[in-house]
Amino acid sequence: MEHQPPPFFHRGPSPLARLAFFSLLSLLLLFGDARYRYLEGIRQGVAVVLYPLQRLATAPSEIYERVSEFFVTQASLTEENARLRQEKLLQSVRGQQLDALAAENARLRKLLETRPRFEGGAVAAEVLYGGRDPFSRKIVLDRGASHGIRAGQVVVDEAGVVGQVTRSYPWISEVTLITEKDHAVPVQMVRSGLRAIVFGSGQDGALELRYMPVNADIQNGDLLVTSGIDGTYPAGLPVARVARIERNAADPFARIFCTPAGGVDRHRQVLILAERPKAPEQPAQPAEPKVRARKGKR
Amino acid sequence: MASTPVRAQELLLPVKAGFIVVTFVAAVLLNLLPWAGVLLWIKPDFVAVLVLYWCIHQPRKLGLAGAWALGLVMDIADASLFGQHALAYALLAFIGIVLHRRVLMFELRHQVLHVLPMLLAAQVIMVLVHLAAGAGFPGWSYFVGSALGAALWPVLSVLLQLPRRPKPDPDTV
Repeated sequence: MEHQPPPFFHRGPSPLARLAFFSLLSLLLLFGDARYRYLEGIRQGVAVVLYPLQRLATAPSEIYERVSEFFVTQASLTEENARLRQEKLLQSVRGQQLDALAAENARLRKLLETRPRFEGGAVAAEVLYGGRDPFSRKIVLDRGASHGIRAGQVVVDEAGVVGQVTRSYPWISEVTLITEKDHAVPVQMVRSGLRAIVFGSGQDGALELRYMPVNADIQNGDLLVTSGIDGTYPAGLPVARVARIERNAADPFARIFCTPAGGVDRHRQVLILAERPKAPEQPAQPAEPKVRARKGKR
Repeated sequence: MASTPVRAQELLLPVKAGFIVVTFVAAVLLNLLPWAGVLLWIKPDFVAVLVLYWCIHQPRKLGLAGAWALGLVMDIADASLFGQHALAYALLAFIGIVLHRRVLMFELRHQVLHVLPMLLAAQVIMVLVHLAAGAGFPGWSYFVGSALGAALWPVLSVLLQLPRRPKPDPDTV
């Protein structure tokens, strides 16, 4: 700022003024995005423009994988084949039982007049790339709104829950992994039936069960499955296994660390489960005034 | 080193706006490569280094507005908070434009020492934004990317000046 340019070299506002303007604009955007999540339209538009670049950037690794797949040795193929056969045999035994169980379950549910369990389809998707923001745990899949993917759908792999679709663009979708900091999944312990909520810790391969009393019935190795009471996750999907429990009498809650059951950060193929039908609305609460009225009568 | 560093100022061809656009497309592409694991952490932000390069070498061609818009593009590509890269790049462009005469007086290896704190400042902005949004501190290794970005500076300077060298005149010896 030591000298002013002559007026015929006029360059508009000074850099400092521009910096102030753009900083303010960025802060507004940041606030709007973090709090209210508007501007999703702009995001969608720019994402469409970026799509070819994204595909181009992932092309070398895709080609490498195709080529290395082509040059797989026969030994590893036969080995994999044998393993798959074995797995299929095991699965088919279970499948036969499943048919009978499903029929029985349907009959019992009819007797009890409860709503049938949701059985929806799923879309197979491939991971385009892991999230590039080191602060958040996200992956990007190669299926998007044009394949019927919407925000809120659940993503699983063969072993358990991976995450949840948080944004869907026309051809790709963004999945927040369950290890994302403060990402919550309602779970139930298989052994004891205890309900809880498991939170992501923001680190790879680590989840945390919060707000469990020190004397809660939890052991190392307990399997946590989704409880399905949130209306988002279907019930019974494996989520995590308890890895370490720290019970400290000084704290009101036990610190319980879990490891995800699914390969949250080491898979390529995943399944996106179809949306669940909306859970019935919570009943309005007309009960309260009635109680008060009764009290008033007394 | 006592003598004043008088650099033989080369006469270079003017930069076409198209060339700048092409370099940025390449940088975005490099940023979009499927980095993973440790590489993701220490990866230099190619777009940031390039924003700084053009702001220092061609402050009339790339200003704060351009840098800010590029930041928005990176925000969407990275699925990060909207405005985080934009804020960092705007600051980077500001420092670059204000200090461009000073930086260019130095030799390439001394320019690196100028570029490093600038890139660090941009990364500190990103960390602050995340801390404000509730994320945890990512650890010091996060800043290695800036050091690598600064190390990239001489390479980038030489590479980007190659197409701007005037073609040798066959009539002169």
